[in-house]
Parts: sequence; C-alpha cells; structure tokens
Amino acid sequence: MDDLTTKTAAELAAAVAAGSVSAAEVTQAHLERITAVDGDVRAFLHVNAEDALAQARAVDRRRAAGEQLGALAGVPVAVKDLFTTIGAPATCGSKILEGWYPPYESTITGRLRSAGAILIGKTNMDEFAMGSSTENSGYGPSHNPWDLARVPGGSSGGSAAAVAAYEAPLALGTDTGGSIRQPAAVCGIVGTKPTYGGSSRYGVVAFASSLDTPGPFGRTVLDAALLHEAMSGHDPMDSTSIDAPVPPVVAAARHGDVAGLRVGVVTDLSGDGYQPGVISRFTEAVELLESLGAKVTELSCPHFKYALPAYYLIAPSECSSNLARFDGMRYGLRTGGGSAEEVMAETRAAGFGAEVKRRIMLGTYALSSGYYDAYYGKAQQVRTLIIQDFEAAFSQVDVLVSPVTPTTAFQIGERADDPMAMYLADLCTIPSNLAGNAAISVPCGLADEDGLPVGLQVMAPPLADDRLYRVGAAVEAAFNSRWGHPLLTEAKGLISS
Amino acid sequence: MPITRDEVAHLARLSRLALSDEELDHLAPQLDQIISSVAQVQEVAADGIPPTTQATGIDNVYRDDEPVPCLTPEQALSGAPAVELQRFKVPRILVEE
Repeated sequence: MDDLTTKTAAELAAAVAAGSVSAAEVTQAHLERITAVDGDVRAFLHVNAEDALAQARAVDRRRAAGEQLGALAGVPVAVKDLFTTIGAPATCGSKILEGWYPPYESTITGRLRSAGAILIGKTNMDEFAMGSSTENSGYGPSHNPWDLARVPGGSSGGSAAAVAAYEAPLALGTDTGGSIRQPAAVCGIVGTKPTYGGSSRYGVVAFASSLDTPGPFGRTVLDAALLHEAMSGHDPMDSTSIDAPVPPVVAAARHGDVAGLRVGVVTDLSGDGYQPGVISRFTEAVELLESLGAKVTELSCPHFKYALPAYYLIAPSECSSNLARFDGMRYGLRTGGGSAEEVMAETRAAGFGAEVKRRIMLGTYALSSGYYDAYYGKAQQVRTLIIQDFEAAFSQVDVLVSPVTPTTAFQIGERADDPMAMYLADLCTIPSNLAGNAAISVPCGLADEDGLPVGLQVMAPPLADDRLYRVGAAVEAAFNSRWGHPLLTEAKGLISS
Repeated sequence: MPITRDEVAHLARLSRLALSDEELDHLAPQLDQIISSVAQVQEVAADGIPPTTQATGIDNVYRDDEPVPCLTPEQALSGAPAVELQRFKVPRILVEE
C-alpha cells in the first residue's frame, strides 16, 4: 500500500481488517503527516502521538487475538475540541478552559473507541462553536488547505482542514447553524448535519442545546456515512436523543441513485449576495441531477429569509444560559479578587473572546424582561413557520437543494470585526438547524472567480438522513467521472509531502 | 429603538462580564446593529402562531429512579481552581453592606 494518508477510511478499515497494514502503521503515517503540514494548516490544538499509537496497538492486538473488529478499526478520527474525552484536554477554543481535562467521555467518542477508531487529536474551532471561520478561536485561526491565506470555515474549521489536508481521513464536528456544512463546502470535502437527536450531545460542550448537532466529515460520501453510522443512535444520557433506528446511511452511500427522485430547488436561497461562481456551480449540479434522472422542480420557502434573524435570537439566548456555567468556581480559569460575583465577572471578561461576549449579551438582551416576547418569543414563532415551510416542501419533493454558503472561503481577517457579514456565511444552512432536519454538503466544483471549492447542500426530512447519502453518492460519482479525479486533488494550497 | 451604551453596560452586569470602557464603546454600536437586524422576526410572527422550543417533538423523558455510577469526588474536583476538605473552595458569596 502506498501513501496511507491518501486512502479513504473505507479502504483503511478494509486493509486493517485484512491484515495488509497495521493500525499502528496507519496511525504513524497520519501523525507524520500532521508533523509535516500542521505548522501551516494549524488544524489541531492537541495531538498526543503516544496515546494515539497506544490505541492503534490495542486494535492490532485485538486483531491478532482473532477478536471481531469494529467498523472503523484502525481508522484515525480527528475530534473537534468540544467533545470530552478521557486523557486529552477540551478547550472548546476558549482560554477559559485552557488546560482543562474533562473527567468523563462523550457518548460519541466512546462509541468510536468501541468501533476501533483511533482518536488522533483535538481540532481547532471558533470559541464554543460561535463563528464561521475559526478566527474566534482563543488559539489563533486554522488555515484553508486550498489557500492558506483563507479561512477553512467554521466553527468546525479545524476538523474540516484536517480532513482536507490528509491529516485524518475522518473528523467529528458539530453543526449549530452550519458549522459542519459550511467548512466542508469551503474546504472541498463532505460534511453532514444529521437529524437533530440522531447523534448524542452527551459530552459535547453546549452552545445552543436545541440546535447543536454532532456530525461527520470525510473526503468521500461513503466515508462520511461510515462515521455517521458509527457515531449515531439512541443515547439515554441525552434526553433529546431520538429512540429510533439509525437511518441506513452506509447502504445508501453504496447505492447512489437519483432516478425518479423528486428534487426541489429552493428559490429563496439564491439571488443578491450570492457569488456568481457559486451560483454557476450550483446550477450545474442541479442540471447534473436532472441528467441522472431526478425530477427537478423549483419551489419557495417564503419564511427562510427570517431564519437568520430568528437564529441570531435563539442561539444567543440559549448560549447566554448555557455559558453561565463558566464562572471560575468549579473548573477552568479563575481570576480577579473580591466577592464570588466579582471573581465571576473578572474571570468571564478575561476568559471569553469578543464574539462569545457579544452573543452572551445579545442573548441576555433577548431574554430580559420587557424584551422576551418581542425578540425570543417572536423568534420561536418564526421557527414554527420555517418548520411549516419544510413540511409543505417535503410534501411535494423528496429532498431540497441549495448552495451551502453564499461565497467561497474568504480571506483571514476580511470579516473578523464585522459580525453581520460573518453571520451571512450561514444563510443557507440555518433553516435545517431550526427545523432539526438532516442536510449534507457535497463538493460540486470550483468557482470561476477564485478557483475555490463550492458545496451543494442537500436537505432531507427528519430521520431521512439516508436520502442525503443516496443523492450525495450519485453526485460524487458523476462529478468524479466528469472531472477524472476527486476535486480535492486540485487543492493548490496543500503542501505536497 | 436604538440600544444605548448604558443599556449595554447593564447587560454586561447581568451577564457577569466585567467589560472595559473600550469594550463597551466597541460593543454598543455592534449590538445595536445586530438587534435592529434581528428585529425583522417581528414582521411575520403574528399572534396565534405557536412557538417552537425544540424540533424533535419529544416531551419529558423519564428513567427509573435507580442509582448509577457517577463521578468520584476526586474526578469531580479534578479541574477545580481551589479545593479544600474535598469541596470546591470559592470566594465569599455574601458581602457586608
């Protein structure tokens, strides 16, 4: 086997299971790749080579003993730094948690360990998952492997950059308003927001609890499906976890087919503010779906234009409540003197970055007496209207499609102190978070203006996550055949090594 | 209705954020801009539309009231800034007026 870091997760799992390569060799190859490129990409906040190799040797011992191996045995997975894992820090990209070692393991990482996956390191993110670029990390931004001067998207930008830079074949992220799909799109890889409640939030540090959804990144649709299936399923430790079978996402990814599928183009997610190259690639993707036998219609979801304002009331409101726990009393940073209340205020002022402070105050405003009904209450009503838009649309079509994000990756610094401009990055992704349904980003080419990747978003009803993979696999196969290679092989910012 | 710098200072106190004057000066116009933009929700959310708090439709979830393993005191205190007598040690919470 040649360079192990260019193999897919599916290939690596098969090779480890067959014994043609050891989990230790796979892990060592990825650790070397991280050493070679991560000084430029800065995808990782913590890598513990010894621990990763110990996990790999344990997989190799189990195989040698003839034990049954899990679906991801020997496959490295990069983990967004808001999942709690035993033996590694979890900073959430925040200075307020610098050096904190969680005393318990998240359900999802526990499941991945049982499946034989190698947790290779913790990835950079916007602080507490608030942002679209990783520039809000307390530890500096990650860089887009297509162009190191540009952002990798966010908030799960470190995870997306790690997969796009071949530092890991798979990564975990979380998607509250687009934080998996938007970085996947601008890094030219696959990323999925599962149905809300399909993936456990236990041990995932909360930002906005009614929206936060853990999900997978991969370089191929099948790889994302493998991680999706391994991480998903009912968890009694999360009271919003849905007690239903995991949708058959891997089977769907192996049988990409859109013949006869009813596809709806959401006309409200285009027009002013969308980069022409994004619209061109999106239009081509829709034409491709039609040529593959899909029945394409246009339809309108008239309340989607209110999704962004509703989100920027609901998410900050939940955040202002959730982040009250960071008070310098039981864990994390403590600074300042005087009473407990003074220490709390000093600690939070010193430990949180600008965007987190903005959102806490925005949420405090929206929830405060006299404003609650006019802001938070109205936003919750808009949420109902958006769910009704989706229900009406899904009564006519099987899936909806749109661009993932209005523009390609922007320059580091370009929107750093313009919150409203930054928020627009999530314009197309937020509706699915508010409705709790499933959505995926699949690469659909490069924008003419800048040669940077564009993502096709496919949205499906709750618990119909398999439709995303059925469409995604069909689109991926058709594009790869047209291009003659996977899109990511054109990434120019990647350091060849 | 613009949000004033005094209101922003009040929000900072409610949020337990000891912000500097510079931060307040910087945040006040940004919050004002964001709040005037998100106020669009008031255009469409007519009376009578039920609110959605979360999308799963799951109501209260119960489990049997049985003891299960939990963190040891050492694990629970492992990240504490200060510990005394197997407890979190915190600054005084009552201040003499």
